Amino acid sequence: MIETFGIKLICSKNSCLSPVVCLVVSVSCRLCLVVSCRLCLSPVCLLSSVCLLLSVCLLSSVCLLSSVSVPSTGEVVFCSASTVLKYTQDDLSQRGVFGVLLCTNFRVSFVSDEAPTEEMGQLFKNKLYGENDIPLSCVDNIYGGSEDKRKLITGGLVKNKYPSKMIIHCKDLRVFQFSLSFSKEEDAKKIFQGIVHHCLEPKSLRCLFAFSYCENTSYPEAQRKKQTVMFDSVEDWTQDMKRTKGNCRVVSENSNFELSPKLPQYFIVPKNVSDEDLTKYQGKGLPMWCWSHHSGCALFKTASIPLVQEDNVPQTYMEKMLTAVAHNHLYSVKTEDLSDTLPTVQDILLSYNRFKQFFLIDNTTEFWMSDMKWFSSLDNCGWLDIIRQCLQKAVEVVESLEKENTNVLIMEEGGSDLCCVVSSLVQLMLDPYYRTLLGFQSLVQKEWVAGGHAFLDRSNHLHLKDKVESQSPVFLLFLECVWQLQQQHGPAFQFSETYLTVLSDSIHVPVFTTFLFNNDGHRDSLLRAESPHTQRSPLNCPTVWDWSVQFDCKAQDLFTNPLYTEKPKQDTSVRKSYRPRHLRQLSLPSSAFKTPPKKGFFKDEADNLKKILGVKRLSRWMLSPSSDSPQTSSSVREFYEAWQTKPLDYHGLLLPCLDGPSIRVWMQRYLRWIHDVQILGGGPVAMLSKVSEILGEVQELQRQLDRHGCTLTSNHKGARPRAKTAAAVIAARSSVRLSSSFPFVTSRNWSFKPAIPTSLLQSLMVTGMAGNLADREDDGGPESLV
Amino acid sequence: MEKQLFGGVAGGDSTAQPVVPNRNKPRTLATSGSKQDSVETLDSPTGSHVEWCKQLIAATISCQISSVPADTASGDCKPPRDGTKQVQTDEVPLVPGETIKAVAKDVMYICPFTGLVTGTLTSTNYKLYFISLERDTPFILDVNLGAISRLETISVQSHGENTRGMEIVCKDMRSPRFAYKEDASQPEIVEVLAKHAFPLSNDLPLFAFLYKEEFPVDGWKVYDPMAEYKRQGLPNESWTISKMNSSYEVCDTYPALVVIPTSIKDDHLKGVVAFRARHRIPVLSWIHPESQATIVRSSQPLVGPSDRRCKEDERYLQTIMDANAQSHKLTIFDARQSSVADNNKAKDGGYESESFYPNVELNFLEIPNIHVMRESLRKLKEVVYPSIDEAHWHSAVDQTHWLEYIRLLLAGAVRIADKLESGKTSVMVHCSDGWDRTAQLTSLAMLMLDSHYRTLRGFQVLLEKEWISFGHKFAARVGHGDENHANSERSPLFIQFIDCVWQMNRQFPAAFEFNELFLITILDHLYSCLFGTFLYDSEQERIAKEVQTKTVSLWSYINSQPEDFTNPFYVDYEHQVLYPLASVRHLELWTGYYVRWNPRMRPQMPVHQNLKELLFLRAELQRKVDELEREASSSRGSLSSSSEHTSSPSHSGGTPLHTIV
Repeated sequence: MIETFGIKLICSKNSCLSPVVCLVVSVSCRLCLVVSCRLCLSPVCLLSSVCLLLSVCLLSSVCLLSSVSVPSTGEVVFCSASTVLKYTQDDLSQRGVFGVLLCTNFRVSFVSDEAPTEEMGQLFKNKLYGENDIPLSCVDNIYGGSEDKRKLITGGLVKNKYPSKMIIHCKDLRVFQFSLSFSKEEDAKKIFQGIVHHCLEPKSLRCLFAFSYCENTSYPEAQRKKQTVMFDSVEDWTQDMKRTKGNCRVVSENSNFELSPKLPQYFIVPKNVSDEDLTKYQGKGLPMWCWSHHSGCALFKTASIPLVQEDNVPQTYMEKMLTAVAHNHLYSVKTEDLSDTLPTVQDILLSYNRFKQFFLIDNTTEFWMSDMKWFSSLDNCGWLDIIRQCLQKAVEVVESLEKENTNVLIMEEGGSDLCCVVSSLVQLMLDPYYRTLLGFQSLVQKEWVAGGHAFLDRSNHLHLKDKVESQSPVFLLFLECVWQLQQQHGPAFQFSETYLTVLSDSIHVPVFTTFLFNNDGHRDSLLRAESPHTQRSPLNCPTVWDWSVQFDCKAQDLFTNPLYTEKPKQDTSVRKSYRPRHLRQLSLPSSAFKTPPKKGFFKDEADNLKKILGVKRLSRWMLSPSSDSPQTSSSVREFYEAWQTKPLDYHGLLLPCLDGPSIRVWMQRYLRWIHDVQILGGGPVAMLSKVSEILGEVQELQRQLDRHGCTLTSNHKGARPRAKTAAAVIAARSSVRLSSSFPFVTSRNWSFKPAIPTSLLQSLMVTGMAGNLADREDDGGPESLV
Repeated sequence: MEKQLFGGVAGGDSTAQPVVPNRNKPRTLATSGSKQDSVETLDSPTGSHVEWCKQLIAATISCQISSVPADTASGDCKPPRDGTKQVQTDEVPLVPGETIKAVAKDVMYICPFTGLVTGTLTSTNYKLYFISLERDTPFILDVNLGAISRLETISVQSHGENTRGMEIVCKDMRSPRFAYKEDASQPEIVEVLAKHAFPLSNDLPLFAFLYKEEFPVDGWKVYDPMAEYKRQGLPNESWTISKMNSSYEVCDTYPALVVIPTSIKDDHLKGVVAFRARHRIPVLSWIHPESQATIVRSSQPLVGPSDRRCKEDERYLQTIMDANAQSHKLTIFDARQSSVADNNKAKDGGYESESFYPNVELNFLEIPNIHVMRESLRKLKEVVYPSIDEAHWHSAVDQTHWLEYIRLLLAGAVRIADKLESGKTSVMVHCSDGWDRTAQLTSLAMLMLDSHYRTLRGFQVLLEKEWISFGHKFAARVGHGDENHANSERSPLFIQFIDCVWQMNRQFPAAFEFNELFLITILDHLYSCLFGTFLYDSEQERIAKEVQTKTVSLWSYINSQPEDFTNPFYVDYEHQVLYPLASVRHLELWTGYYVRWNPRMRPQMPVHQNLKELLFLRAELQRKVDELEREASSSRGSLSSSSEHTSSPSHSGGTPLHTIV
């Protein structure tokens, strides 16, 4: 049922001045505003608000009638085509469903002609886009196909031609295949060109959906502010430094970007850095404080200054900075140039591009073919090895902080890619606060958003030709590393695997300010410029941490890990037992220490400790330890082994095991859409649902006890009401009906056939490998056959 | 209170920590017990690794030392150990019936993970026991003699003259090496070891016949074929439980009781017996409770190059087909590669021809033979022991093809299960003799189809039935007590099967009542010769050797402390059929078994730990609520709130974990 209302407007853009038809379409409970300029096919941004006003008047009646969920406000349909066939992914039979394919300023959307089957799948519904929607910036590659061939579409050269089949690979690893051969030729051409145009052609930042979305949506600011520490004020930084007992200087001189638009709005530097030091070399070489260890040493990161041989000035500056980091020789300093020891952003991109291909599966046959080469392919693409290297580097830094108590300065060109990866991993390993959900979000705000990671360039949402080089999934790499840690030490993390997967998807939803800009200055200038009320506050856009934009409360329950153990409230006697462990590692005469009067994870250092440590002079000036890497890795090994023999404290230091079998593939993220590898009735969810059930029972029992006015006397208070869980959502009884892809895909019906490999069984290969063995009788003896 | 039983592995430790915290301990294990801080031995699992130890160390009985603090030691279970024994002595813990045969002092263990350790090496008639007191905590290495595949002398000149080296190549994926001084006054320790490691080659009895432990539960009662067939609804009008093989005269490798079609006459049967290799005629393994479709197992037909026919065999298969009214087909799965089946045909074996057997569909599952599997596991050992190549781990595992064979087996079993479940068609499975791949496939398919086999007891029945009673040649495949390590009959078929079960367990973490420790324990005692369960090749032989009266069953030990082997996540999937995914993407190398000797691969605290605490907490709360309940009802009579309590989760307290505490 399609209802149309025609309104004539004039297209003022591109000066084609042709009449624009504005259509209000209501397609099976979806309301959209179709605006298309017949001649120029261009997004009619300027008109959108006008149209919107009109449409609101027109639609209000319809809305009331059908009580539908209006798709995101500010959305404008560019073009559409009906009777498009969407193939079911899991077989070669060319079956599928017919429907309407739309391209809007937010997404490519397929609306099935069939009545939607409302099932439990709705439970984890994303409010912004559904299972058949692809946000424009989530489109990775588009292929045109005819018959058996398929060709990568690069944009530009699609005038007048369109393929019969369109394959879309998404950045969240979904694969869509559409057949255009049943649509009207003109529609098919238009939709193909429209999608290619809007997904692949360069565009300006303000064309991203966030801006039209935010103009039309208002968010109660208070709602988010109370939770995640955003690190957009002096207070946030000061508080974090206080929390870790750091002793540095908060710089607020750049709050209006007077010093440099490239420097963060607020940041922390060593005490001895003077005002004029701040702006030399555009912030390059300036050590930025990340985190302080309870022993007093701290982690800093910086963008390295390219050192020119003849020029002594940067050298002197660098030395001055290092002295500042060393806190006037109170601490020794280790520097680590990550550019030398870790893969470059280009390496990361190359490796990831190879890796992701294993999961962008078009059909069953292809899947089973690639299944044979799976393990070798994994090694060849090197993605897991890059993850291992990052984790290893983080462990090295942790060792310096925890065992040697030296200050560490990590640097790389730019200072906001691998520096962010390593520094945030170090903090996750050392500081249990960052393993809570809010703590983790604050960490991302601190290290990545305020830390100036160039999200926009790295994701290249705008498809700018000159930015192709700088594209790289660095943030995803970080999430991968976090996932590895979380796999190995599940109960230490408050957030779940699902949370990380959803976060990795959200990078490609161009609604959240978190991932749209290159740095603070960039964000500030754009949000100000785009604000409808020019003189007042900047445009108020949601951040990714406003999870209610995407998911309702029930779905958000799945973000928490039911096995998380909250830090038990310890009395002082228990806490003392922490102490000897740390002190012993300082390799100093234990008589030098007196137990400081204050208790806490980050304790005040006693003055005499400082003095003793000060004896150790700066050990490694400007020397990259990469030269002795074999030694480093064996020292890391020892460090890990020493840690491993101690009892595990989920609220203390956590180290990842880096051996071959321990670094795994993030199954949930990568395999969730592939029908053939869904384990029906199995997967981790089967376990989690059992845990949730027991937790629910424990809580119920506790309520009963409370009613009886009796408190539990045992020591199990630590386990008392943990985070609310998804108990109601995934009760154990239903777990039999869930699959390993939960919650992303829910099985439509339970009558399923098992996936049976279709590939040629490798009899050829076996005989080739084992030679005569395969032909031998099972029982070599002559009596083997009676 | 948890039992502190360790044995059979590298590394013991003196600071064993209860798995389930007792009530005096804080929840966070890390903060409890400062004792662990002193533990530094890398090669030995310590402190909170204990749960891991339990997961890893399958053993128990063999030895144990643990200086459990007196207040935590309790005697509710029957640990075969002396709880007061101090580790600081180098006394060797012995199981009942075990005697010390030789002791060598100043032996160096060349540990591939932590370097040289010097200590005392003791050989008993059951195990090799090495203990070193030179480090802060005692270092213990413990190898069951049954696990030894071969003993080799190695060159250790770097350790000085008169020094001899020995490498103990084990069947369980490790090869510890020792160096020791020659001592003319004593018998060579290698010889003593060899004598007791290979008792059958030295006219000695297997240790199982000397082992004198007594358990409260008799494991030999676990499997009663009559009861198991009755559970399946047999006999019925089409199938009968036949005693024709009661004296093992018809087929010496089959059990005394077999299930055959009711309508088959004795003289008719003779023809079938003669036509099947080793007289292993088609018999029923499992029947679908609803559709009456059956899994039938047999050996290959003796077709030969001249395409012999056997009218009786053809009619026999027709009868099997007719017993299932739902389908007019019978599917035969030949586990072999089709090329191998053809070779067999040339040598008087073969496979059923679809043209002679109407309505029969024949499929080859293309699974390679025992020699290929043996070679694959040998390669795997090279990959995992002693060190792991980090960067090329996946390709190294890939080159062993081990996981691919696992995948083939699982895929084959899924096809069988699917044929029965969705196709409602009866299935016949055979390979050449019907005791290797056939047992793997039928038991895996049964595990998928029948949730009973996924319980702790049910799985024991499955092994007793499909593997032990139907004549999987355990003695030949494992080589119990035999020094001929190069015997080509040896092959890790049973390990492969257990690996498949583990893979299923991993894909369906809540569907199995037993845990990983259970599977590892089974595999350890496959070699250990401590129990009689896996000894000998057939039921007939076991009767002749009086295994049931002269040895202890592994299930006696397991069922005496089932809580150790129970999966805390278990949810009864009832009649749900489980189809594991036979995709390499979902298969993983079982590091908990194959790489367990590498101390770096030990998880510090498994997820289970956390859940066990939770279960404990639930039990505790439940007890409290019940108590209050009782008080309230006794003082005030019936309460309005009582209805709420009946709906409380108390009913789900079925997990035996409660009993640990």
